[in-house]
Amino acid sequence: MSDIKYILGSFGDPDEMMHGIEKLQENNISIYDVYTPMPIHGIEAKLGIKRSRIDIAAFCFGITGTCCAFALIYFCAVIDWRVNIGGKPSFALPDFIPIMFELTVLFCAFGMVLTYYASTHLFPGRAPRVMDLRATDDRFVIAVDAKDNTAHTVIDGLLKDAGALEIKYNERKYISYE
Amino acid sequence: MGTHNINFSEQFEFTGKVKTLSIVGIVIGIAAVLFGFLAGDKVMHERTFANLLLMAYYFACVCMSGTFFLAVQYVAQAGWSASILRVPQAMAKTLPIAAVILVVVISAGLYSHNLYHHWHAEGLTDQNSPNYDAIIAGKSVFLNVPFFLGRQVVFLGVYSIFSIMFVKFSYNEDLAGGLNSYRKSFKNACIFLVIYGFTTPVFAFDTIMSLEAHWFSTMFGWYNFAAMWVSSLATIAVILILLRRAGYMQWVNNSHLHNLGQFIFGFSIFWTYVWFAQFLLIYYANMPEETVYFYKRFEYYKFWFFLNLAMNFLAPVLLLMDRDNKRTDAKLLFVSIVVLLGHWVDYYQMIMPGAVEDGHNGFGIVEIGIALGFVGLFTFTVLSSLSKKPLIAKNHPLLQESLHHQL
Repeated sequence: MSDIKYILGSFGDPDEMMHGIEKLQENNISIYDVYTPMPIHGIEAKLGIKRSRIDIAAFCFGITGTCCAFALIYFCAVIDWRVNIGGKPSFALPDFIPIMFELTVLFCAFGMVLTYYASTHLFPGRAPRVMDLRATDDRFVIAVDAKDNTAHTVIDGLLKDAGALEIKYNERKYISYE
Repeated sequence: MGTHNINFSEQFEFTGKVKTLSIVGIVIGIAAVLFGFLAGDKVMHERTFANLLLMAYYFACVCMSGTFFLAVQYVAQAGWSASILRVPQAMAKTLPIAAVILVVVISAGLYSHNLYHHWHAEGLTDQNSPNYDAIIAGKSVFLNVPFFLGRQVVFLGVYSIFSIMFVKFSYNEDLAGGLNSYRKSFKNACIFLVIYGFTTPVFAFDTIMSLEAHWFSTMFGWYNFAAMWVSSLATIAVILILLRRAGYMQWVNNSHLHNLGQFIFGFSIFWTYVWFAQFLLIYYANMPEETVYFYKRFEYYKFWFFLNLAMNFLAPVLLLMDRDNKRTDAKLLFVSIVVLLGHWVDYYQMIMPGAVEDGHNGFGIVEIGIALGFVGLFTFTVLSSLSKKPLIAKNHPLLQESLHHQL
């Protein structure tokens, strides 16, 4: 068995690439992933990608922010250092709401950015993981796992028929490690 | 869905049950007004007028926000909405009728001393009179009858002219095609948005805030703007969903509903934001001339006060947060109706404490009847103007984008 890990079909046109996905799926060849330089409508449904769970993460971050803000203000204004402001009770909930709202937004935004970095392995200073550099420029790339799908010539033929401009065999998963 | 099976001359037929029901609604409304005027005393007259003002204002606001929706779509050069524009256009076309009704209600209430008696009464600005009110006298440069009515007529007139213009451009586009009408709509929408942005707060100050002329809040205009805009969006959603269920406008897909759902969700939160901004400042500063507004609402309208927040904030936030809920027409319809009822409650607790003597408010035949009457009137006028032209603006330059809209 060869050392080929991934077969990459590189397309110049998104419609041809979508056609290629269909061709591979018709022949029961599982697609590892697809890389495109721009978002393509309907591609998630076609590849059967599950819905992102970032909304759940966002909710958790947000509620953490709300609780932190409430705890902080409650400790400062009610427990530790009561100040008489306009004769109002120390625990005046309407006063708390703006800060609770702001910290909710802050935690939520930062949390989602960090989640995004973590899940995409992007981080300042880290070399991004790219299978084919031209997928970040002008090519639409279908990646097929060569270890799971052993009929390499069939895959080649299907990709070429669909209009692939170039077929690559990657022996390393990512070419951009430094 | 492919675009080849769309009938570009599909027209709405306004007949049958909907027409009958809307006429029944109008009859109930007239009966409720007559009941209020004939059966009741002075307090009941005030209450009837307050309800008429509430619904006439609501009606006019929903229609003029329909025009605002059109203008926003034109200025943003939005593609997604191109295929649904006939619905807000029908609302915009109804604005002149709504404007006339509002001006008639306001003038009748003003001259019969049933509305705005707080600043329009004998001797309020006369220094030698026992009724003399220094605050009202100070405001009389702005709050006097000719200027007040003049502003109402000018504002509503200008909005109506723009509404008719947008509708006309779109109909011309159907006939002639090309980009000419679209460019004209864009240019006029820019002008309209500037005028609308500066005048709606003043319009709300006049129509609603001057009911309690001693009290003032600079947030009030935006608070009303948020209310009218979100209720108009909910109306558009309701009309679209019901039309789609009746077999019309099959090109409206779940992504269009998703967009409207996002709008309703976002602007419900915006409404809450503005509501809270007004509340917090008054609560925090605790100045008697400002707190009187919330004092009244807390003392006599506590139930409505909290119901308002529950219907206009909690319901849309909890029910529309989820993506799938925005895309499911039954859920979006439910939330839209809750928001529409919620903004009735909102206007109710804005208007009643100022227009009706404390403790004499209520919820009964007059409220329900007049509300039903205006719902009937709205349905009748909007649907009959919708039935006049095809349901799709077939030459809109961004139509294909809208037909293939996907989120």
